[in-house]
Amino acid sequence: MTSIPITETQSLPADWRDLLALTKPRVMSLVVFTGLCGLLAAPVAVHPVLGFTAVLCIALGAGAAGALNQWYEADLDGKMKRTANRPLPAGRMSRQTALHFGVGLGAFSVILMDIAANHLAAAVLAVSILFYVLVYTVWLKRRTAQNIVIGGAAGAFPPLIGWAAATGDVTALPVLLFAIIFLWTPPHFWALSLFVRSDYANAGVPMLPVVAGVESTRRHILLYTVPMIAAAVAPWALGLTGWIYGAVSIALNAAFLVLAFAVLVNKATEPKSMRPEKRLFAFSILYLFGLFAALVADRWMI
Amino acid sequence: MPNPEDELIRRRQRERSRLLAILLGAFVVLMFAITIAKMGINR
Repeated sequence: MTSIPITETQSLPADWRDLLALTKPRVMSLVVFTGLCGLLAAPVAVHPVLGFTAVLCIALGAGAAGALNQWYEADLDGKMKRTANRPLPAGRMSRQTALHFGVGLGAFSVILMDIAANHLAAAVLAVSILFYVLVYTVWLKRRTAQNIVIGGAAGAFPPLIGWAAATGDVTALPVLLFAIIFLWTPPHFWALSLFVRSDYANAGVPMLPVVAGVESTRRHILLYTVPMIAAAVAPWALGLTGWIYGAVSIALNAAFLVLAFAVLVNKATEPKSMRPEKRLFAFSILYLFGLFAALVADRWMI
Repeated sequence: MPNPEDELIRRRQRERSRLLAILLGAFVVLMFAITIAKMGINR
């Protein structure tokens, strides 16, 4: 009997590293961190195993959303320098593999969350995955310049899920944490989109700098920074947190405002001269980490 | 002489099978730990 070469009967299986890349591990780190902070800021003691599982489910859910986003956007990713080397546009994986992986991972994360935590946390996790995939990726991203304003809600769910996993309910503080990330997303992404504008324009994505221009985007960044600051200071102002969070929040928000002003007064149109935008983008990541770390420190140290 | 692409396919299949075995093992341990934790809470 002669054996048939494998290549004649099947295509190349995806490398596990590419499956991992499909989950956008770098984006996941911020999601996991804010989810963990939501869980740790809750006023109840969570069993370490159940807490770990809840955070794991948030990470898996975010990975599933990332995989489904890349499945749907493979054509767009191929047109942008920043994303052209992802597994799908680079041709290292079939779209069907990405779809199966994303759906399977998403379903697994929601079921596991339901087993380990509660129905509410599992339901909010499911909503966050569906929101990111259906509302942001499929519906908004290619249609409107407001894509990340509304789509930003998807990334704002993790602290809410963490809190719900710990307590089984949702109160004012987790809603404010949701609002902080929701209002932080536009200035964060618009700062990035200013200096990678040509990438978005080439791919036909209607990001604000592409549709409304650079000056308008700079004004919008400042415009959204103001309610973001109000939401970020609110937990302390309303007496929901102590002085540690209050002090850190005021310092971080003051720095954010100064950097947003620096972006507003910058007149550069070439990415090379957009240092204030790059600085604001880098600081915005640090800002969110700092704010949520202060929230946890406040809960455990006072 | 073995086809280099066949070798690559076999290698990837082996790597994925190993990884899947590790993940399944971890899942079993996690489910056991969740069960024990839930029993402790309900007691």
